[in-house]
Amino acid sequence: MAGEKKGLQLLDLWVSPFGQRCRIALAEKGLPYEYLEQDLGNKSELLLRSNPVHKKIPVLLHDGRPVCESLIIVQYIDEAFPGNAPALLPADPYARAQARFWADYVDKKLYDCGTRLWKLKGEAQQQARKEMLDILRTLDAALGDAKFFGGEAFGFADVALAPFTAWFLTYERHGEFSVEKECPRLAAWAKRCGERESVAKTLSSPEKVYEFVGVLKKRFGIE
Amino acid sequence: MAGKEDLKLLGLPLSPFVISVRMALNMKGVSYEYVDEDLSNKSELLLKSNPVHKKVPVLIHNGKPICESLVILQYVDELFAGRSILPTDPYERATARFWAAYAGDKLFAAWYGMVTAQAEEDRAEKVKETLAAIEHMEAAFAKCSGGSAFFGGDSIGYVDIVLGAFLFWFEAVRRVDGLEIINASRTPLLAAWAERFGGSVEAKEAVPVTKVDLAVQYINKYRPPATAAAN
Repeated sequence: MAGEKKGLQLLDLWVSPFGQRCRIALAEKGLPYEYLEQDLGNKSELLLRSNPVHKKIPVLLHDGRPVCESLIIVQYIDEAFPGNAPALLPADPYARAQARFWADYVDKKLYDCGTRLWKLKGEAQQQARKEMLDILRTLDAALGDAKFFGGEAFGFADVALAPFTAWFLTYERHGEFSVEKECPRLAAWAKRCGERESVAKTLSSPEKVYEFVGVLKKRFGIE
Repeated sequence: MAGKEDLKLLGLPLSPFVISVRMALNMKGVSYEYVDEDLSNKSELLLKSNPVHKKVPVLIHNGKPICESLVILQYVDELFAGRSILPTDPYERATARFWAAYAGDKLFAAWYGMVTAQAEEDRAEKVKETLAAIEHMEAAFAKCSGGSAFFGGDSIGYVDIVLGAFLFWFEAVRRVDGLEIINASRTPLLAAWAERFGGSVEAKEAVPVTKVDLAVQYINKYRPPATAAAN
């Protein structure tokens, strides 16, 4: 294909927690890349060509070859640059399985439930609120008293969940609860993650996320 | 390492997710105890081993549970020596992971929606989605196989067993509805692959022919009585 760019490019949207996973992983590994902000209302030729199946961000391009799906991208970053510490997945197969399980759990549950929480009203919103508390409590219990989901080291499951900490404020305001009160260990973990440079530099501020959701709500005609 | 491992797999007779795990364990030549679960009466062991999702497959290794089929497949591949299930090259691994996830999520959702749809309108919509998903898998095969016999190249690999575990279900649908999900004119590469995969040791070991009959029975449960009787 003509003019394949050498190196790493990330097709992304500034507020996307999925894109932020990739940015955190790249930062953790000290890997330079070109960030290409996408307009999802008017998708670029490059995006459509790179992710014809889902037409979504994030997409990582490595020497022009696309990798799609955020968790697959994070694993790719880990495996394609083995010389760059830290390893995001641990060496032990069982620990790897646990990391993958919890990353998958976040993928399956959190974003969809969060969306229902701010989009819906009445009984449906109450149901979403109940589910959200259940999800956060499950994550809190899985973390337990460990420093990170990966144990002592910040790893794959932490990368998968960290961007969503910027959405906690939005969930709290729509669900009328406090993460600190309901899931103190998770709240403390969120603070610890936020102290990492890769996370601090990547995450949108919680107020900016809340503002973004407000714009979406207006667009959908939700009060 | 060789030697007796304590392996137990909790499953369901017709679950393609369970069957793909069985294929992987067989490929590694690892012996395990298999237990069929009754989803209307889940065992103590299942609930204890997978409290989060309460689903199968669950692999219990030396008492420690591993859940979610794709997580289990990668665990089995990384833990046990012998044939590689995932490719070794990082980009090929990313591609294989993408298509395995696509088959397990999008293709499965469309196809299961098709099987369980009550209204003809809904069924027609799901048929469209299923066929569209299979078209994507056809393109995937061209990309992954690089002209070889399987998604995994010369030998069966990750995407082969994930998609391959669906084949007996597709055959059941063909018998009940006359619909060919993988069709030689629409998706020639997949049609040829399906023949090769179906004839493989991996497929025959994990999917005895009786499974097609059981799958036919399952599909007929969702059909109005008159149609079911005709089959």
